[in-house]
Amino acid sequence: MIIELGHYALVLALAVSLLQAVLPIVGAVRNDRALMEIGTVAAKASFLLVAMSFAALTYAHVTSDFSVRNVWENSHSQIPLIYKFSGVWGNHEGSMLLWMLILTFFSALVAVFGDNLPESLKANVLAVQAWIAAAFSLFILLTSNPFNRLLDAPGEGQDLNPVLQDVGLAIHPPLLYLGYVGFSVCFSFAVAALIEGRIDAAWARWVRPWTLAAWTCLTAGIAMGSYWAYYELGWGGWWFWDPVENASFIPWLAGTALLHSALVMEKREALKIWTVLLAIMTFSMSLLGTFLVRSGVLTSVHAFATDPTRGVFILMILILFIGGALSLFAFRAAHLKAGGLFAPISREGALVFNNLILTTAAATVLTGTLYPLALEAVTGAKISVGPPFFNMTFGLLMLPLLLAVPFGPLLAWKRGDLLGAGQRLFAAVAIGLVAGSAIYYAQNGGPIMALFGIALGAYMIAGSLTELFLRSGLGKVTGAVALRRLSGLPRSVFGTALAHIGLGVTLIGIVAVTAFETEHIVEMKPGMTTDAGGYTLRFDGLRNSNGPNYSEQSGHFVISRAGVNIDEVWSSKRLYTARQMPTTEAGIRTFGVSQLYVSLGDGMADGGVVVRIWWKPMILCIWGGVLFMMAGGAVSLSDRRLRIGAPARAKKQTKPVLEPAQ
Amino acid sequence: MTRKQKRLAIIGGGVGFIVAAVLLVMFAFSQAIAYFYVPGDLAKAHLAPGTRIRLGGLVENGSVKRGDGMTITFSVTDTLDRVPVTYTGILPDLFREGQGVVAEGSFREGSPVFIADTVLAKHDETYMPKDVADRLKAQGVSLGGKETIR
Repeated sequence: MIIELGHYALVLALAVSLLQAVLPIVGAVRNDRALMEIGTVAAKASFLLVAMSFAALTYAHVTSDFSVRNVWENSHSQIPLIYKFSGVWGNHEGSMLLWMLILTFFSALVAVFGDNLPESLKANVLAVQAWIAAAFSLFILLTSNPFNRLLDAPGEGQDLNPVLQDVGLAIHPPLLYLGYVGFSVCFSFAVAALIEGRIDAAWARWVRPWTLAAWTCLTAGIAMGSYWAYYELGWGGWWFWDPVENASFIPWLAGTALLHSALVMEKREALKIWTVLLAIMTFSMSLLGTFLVRSGVLTSVHAFATDPTRGVFILMILILFIGGALSLFAFRAAHLKAGGLFAPISREGALVFNNLILTTAAATVLTGTLYPLALEAVTGAKISVGPPFFNMTFGLLMLPLLLAVPFGPLLAWKRGDLLGAGQRLFAAVAIGLVAGSAIYYAQNGGPIMALFGIALGAYMIAGSLTELFLRSGLGKVTGAVALRRLSGLPRSVFGTALAHIGLGVTLIGIVAVTAFETEHIVEMKPGMTTDAGGYTLRFDGLRNSNGPNYSEQSGHFVISRAGVNIDEVWSSKRLYTARQMPTTEAGIRTFGVSQLYVSLGDGMADGGVVVRIWWKPMILCIWGGVLFMMAGGAVSLSDRRLRIGAPARAKKQTKPVLEPAQ
Repeated sequence: MTRKQKRLAIIGGGVGFIVAAVLLVMFAFSQAIAYFYVPGDLAKAHLAPGTRIRLGGLVENGSVKRGDGMTITFSVTDTLDRVPVTYTGILPDLFREGQGVVAEGSFREGSPVFIADTVLAKHDETYMPKDVADRLKAQGVSLGGKETIR
């Protein structure tokens, strides 16, 4: 009964979305407030309906109701409770329902927090959101219905893919979707602005928090996916340039560009047309990513199912929305007036530079991802475009941008002083080179490029701090004055600095682990030792055990340094009984920001076992840097100017703080 | 600078960068991609020694042998032709005889043995790499129910 209610709620959500897709626009044209207001109500209603539907599916998974085909195919009575919850979206149908849930969640947020928007803009935005919602709920109901029943309920399910039985599944997809789908709001704002034919700095200010929120979530989602792949797959890699990873990375690059161009538009009313185009393209890339991942044209762990009708359906959604938005853009863009002028060397110029490189890099990744598909369609030849291609093109293209990152905030709007900025960054360059040399020396050498790579990362960190340092006037004024100046700076300044610092930290991690990583593949018998990264691992032997739904063989290793035992680690291979599928559970130990990674291979006839041990120097910097970026996003989001115009209640006058006499 | 010059400088710089990017991508495509073959294709392919390719097919039943230490030899077959492969390292969890596999690497001069540096077997137990399934079907190999990719 609950399942049917969930199904019914989803049908109702579709109906509500259809209303929401039409009535508010009519209201906006006729200037009819009652009609426009329907959008607000409908957005909240359809979120509630989809949430009910999602809750019903969750109920089916948690209670292991195998009469529901989706549960039978993707669950098992014996999996731990947390995986029964996360298993809801560990399959195609459920993950599309999660997609819908987040989409309607964002619409509802616009409805609730959009009181400061002009009524007609809000109505149009909600209507465009509803078009997307209607298209995707139709998609779910027609091709991917999670509520289909089986006539004879089987006694036991087919189990969740063991690779997905991990806490990563609970976190990674929701975060990623919050990012992916969050960009739908930017898209809707862009289309709504084109429908109205009016766009100004205020528009950019309204779009910016949504962009920031979506970007922060997408950043977190990608990083989480990367760390999950790193520890779960047992290959020790953290990024594979897999098409599915690229499908999330391309919207990230476009979204990062959007974040920066919206800044120019907000401050200087320039780059209007470009920003609108970028908003459309960012969500288009999200849709394309959804298509690539869900249609089965790519083969990967994410392609839960390949059913041609699904691929065709999503492709139609893709064409309809991207094509429609771009046609509208072509039709309307000429009406948008160009904004402020600026010299090539200026803050605006630096942000244009940023956009040029990020979009080119996104286009390059897109080309590398789609080229094999296109080539196969045209000539039938099958090729693989792998890491060598992406490292070569993406790495080289991004280099000038990384060098330029600290310059941007130091250049003035309209007309900047490149030489002056360079002089101010002198210290940062020096710090970078010293840090690079120090780490290079501490790692006992390696490829000389590593020195410069790390120097570049350290320079970005120091350069981003330079901005704060200069603005506080530290060194010229007393500490108290500097502190007061710092606290008077807009939060977005700190957000920028944090995000750029994070980029530097991530870069250092990437370079260090690429250049200094050591890998040891050895056959070990109990009692044997192997050295890795200055540590010694002694293999103690294997132990067999059983988990709730798997059997496990674990190797025990004692880690010592300079003869002293300091730690131990278990590394295991599991066999999940329901699917008879083996997985590797790598043993990972963290030392500072570096890690030892132990992966168990096959047992040998003579009682030994093949062990793969990696020393991953500074690898945690990769994800640590992302934490900085996320913090930067969150801090910027709390900036006061994004709330200007919001219906803020009158603040109480803060009492003047009495300072003690010095 | 005049308004026109400013605009020209920005557009010129942008176009220059994009042209450089396009050239870079074309260069990378000529260097860094690997073609996909099944064993039956290789006789016609006339590969230069050292050319990186992906070799796909099924792991032939009874062909997996562990040599000294970490080196493993096995045969990849499309059920008509077979290619011997050597690989040093740890095989993926789902590597099994009779299952689909993709090996990446190259042939040495004058040797019929494929030296793989990467072996991929995919994440799902009922999974047959799509590339492999398509090619095997094109070769007329019956896969029974196996070609359904879940």
